Amino acid sequence: MELQKFTYDNKLSNMFLWATVIWGIVGMLVGLTAAFELIFPHMSGNIPWLVYSRLRPLHTNAAIFAFVGNGIFTAVYYSTPRLLKTPMYSKLLGNIHFWGWQLIIVSAALTLPFGFTQSKEYAELIWPIDVMVVLIWVVFGLNLIMTLVNRRVKHIYVTIWFYIATWVTIAVLYITNNLALPTSFTHSYPIYAGIQDALVQWWYGHNAVAFFLTTPVLGMMYYFIPKAANRPIYSYKLSIIHFWALIFLYIWAGPHHLLYSALPDWAQALGVVFSVMLIAPSWGGMINGLLTLRGAWDKVREDPVLKMFVVAVTAYGMATFEGPMLSLKTVNALSHFSDWTIAHVHIGTLGWNSMMNFGVIYWLVPRLFKTKLWSTKLANVHFWIATLGMLFFSIPLYFAGFTQALMWKQFTAEGFLAYPNFLETVTQILPMYYLRAFGGSLYIIGALMFVYNVVKTAKSGSFVRFETDEAPAKETPKAKEGWHRRLEGRPLQFTVAALVVILIGGLIEIVPMYLVKTNIPTITAVMPYTPLELEGRDIYIREGCYLCHSQMIRPFRSETERYGEYTKAGETVYDHPFLFGSKRTGPDLAREGVKTLPNYKPDLWHYNHMLNPQKVSPESIMPSYPWLAENEIDYSHVPGRINAMIKLGVPYVEGYADQAVADMNAQAGQIAAGLQANGVQVDKNKEIIALIAYLQRLGTDVYKNK
Amino acid sequence: MKIVINVLESIAGIEIYPIISLLIFFLFFILVTVLVFKTSDSEIEEMSRLPLDKDNDHSVDPNSTF
Repeated sequence: MELQKFTYDNKLSNMFLWATVIWGIVGMLVGLTAAFELIFPHMSGNIPWLVYSRLRPLHTNAAIFAFVGNGIFTAVYYSTPRLLKTPMYSKLLGNIHFWGWQLIIVSAALTLPFGFTQSKEYAELIWPIDVMVVLIWVVFGLNLIMTLVNRRVKHIYVTIWFYIATWVTIAVLYITNNLALPTSFTHSYPIYAGIQDALVQWWYGHNAVAFFLTTPVLGMMYYFIPKAANRPIYSYKLSIIHFWALIFLYIWAGPHHLLYSALPDWAQALGVVFSVMLIAPSWGGMINGLLTLRGAWDKVREDPVLKMFVVAVTAYGMATFEGPMLSLKTVNALSHFSDWTIAHVHIGTLGWNSMMNFGVIYWLVPRLFKTKLWSTKLANVHFWIATLGMLFFSIPLYFAGFTQALMWKQFTAEGFLAYPNFLETVTQILPMYYLRAFGGSLYIIGALMFVYNVVKTAKSGSFVRFETDEAPAKETPKAKEGWHRRLEGRPLQFTVAALVVILIGGLIEIVPMYLVKTNIPTITAVMPYTPLELEGRDIYIREGCYLCHSQMIRPFRSETERYGEYTKAGETVYDHPFLFGSKRTGPDLAREGVKTLPNYKPDLWHYNHMLNPQKVSPESIMPSYPWLAENEIDYSHVPGRINAMIKLGVPYVEGYADQAVADMNAQAGQIAAGLQANGVQVDKNKEIIALIAYLQRLGTDVYKNK
Repeated sequence: MKIVINVLESIAGIEIYPIISLLIFFLFFILVTVLVFKTSDSEIEEMSRLPLDKDNDHSVDPNSTF
């Protein structure tokens, strides 16, 4: 058969590689800053865009979409043409993808710290950036699928399936979760409210972990471990079964983020069952990766690339065992809202994702620059320091998680909460936060060694842009071939099959939740927010308060004693977006405004606390928000936002938008007058007044008649 | 969105859909497993060697990654 010659262009892979290196350091540094801010709350120097609650989303987004994202694309642009024996379909699309993705990252960095956020975790980017993400994703998908169409090989290797599943699923998830009604160029309200919004968000949130941090990285694993170890994957059959099972099961597991919440029980149970089932395909992948190295352990001892891969795959196995355990209701009752979750996700990111990225880049740079790694010794040091850093980061946080969660639940012999003051549970675990910052510092020192090493390596060689290869021309699949072979032979059908598979799981979760009336019992006492409260709520979102304060009281005696009546689904029906939160660095605020509860604080307390929390509670680790007392409320956007709420089904009377500003002024006047009576000189037009109005409203509806 | 909700609400017996979905998955999984084990070993072997094709490997030293 005639052999066709063609060339691979390494340019895009190389560009994505250096973007990975740069954004990796940036993302980790932002995370480290946030870790230090938790120990030194005044570190931000009262600069709004440096405050913990605004930096934390920047850290998570940078780690996920910039560091891991660029790493994935490095691998995709390198492995896809080589596995399919054809150059990537279009250099232009590839360039648009690269520069578009970097533009998205820069836009994120220029919006999130300045308070432009949608508040949904890992979906914080405002709607114009979301539109950009979708467009760039389409460009990427087109390039990927057209390359598949042009391929010269009979079989599509499992790595490529993982890439396709990633592309399809992220497209579906991202669009569904970000459906929103814009009120301006930088602001929007999600079309879903309360518990529905929460379900859609965690369906997305969990699957962002599954289809952005897992499937494409498994694709990398299936290509680069065989490459680095110079032997085929342990079991190709296992890879097929594990692929289909993984993409099928993952999509159902989202509700485990909402256990004991106001989510209907059936949906919670579904999330638990599928999460537990996920152990099987996840460990299938881990075993497949590790057993590939059987008989090659002598190589692992010497080769830092393989070492990185071994730790990565082991961390993957640990995290995917722990995940299902955390989804068991009894375990979740303890772990949820605590630092346990933070420890868990960092085993995934520092262990699995980062180590895979490091390994792939250590392997790739010498090849792209036709040279040897500058220092294998330094890479080995990096390996050890990164592993230690990960452990120093996670182990203290596990300990902090157990300790704090147990303290929250502890009762005295007389039946009172043993630690009624939330702050006591914070000061108890503060030493663990120091250790976490130390572990994070170690990890970054390792990462800087990595940067130095790969830069030196690149400088010692010269970039090989084009490589020639040859392969027989493409055959057309015959009718009588095996089922999977035929499916592989048709990339578009394969993509559709993957789409159908994930949609089945998606629909089962989402569709029944639309049936509001049967799933969410309405509560007549629950009313829409006043315009001032709504404005306060938008400020609460802008400042990222939800990152440390949950608004979801679970039905445990330890929580109802501390925070009041547990949260009902019907209480959240006007919440666009939901603000349940996922972490309690500070106390829950779901019933902050209820005067009869132990947590109630008067307006004056909130005013002083917001300006300087340590003045009110010396041991508090909350940052100050003094600009809230300086910034004026922006009344101009109020009518537009009220109209948007009406469109989304919030029952303000028709034409209320015209009256909203007057009502706001009246309510703000009352709060300001109350503060002035207590000796605080504050203008009623300041943002802090709106925020106080919101906090004092929280959770009060169902207490009205009590 | 209200339209979607109303349409979905009006579908009689919508509760059965999740059960059907689960069955589809389960049967699909069984099918995949059976078919995988029916695929010939030589074909599996050929597929698993795709990344290792020496023709396009430009390792500096083929015996070592370093």
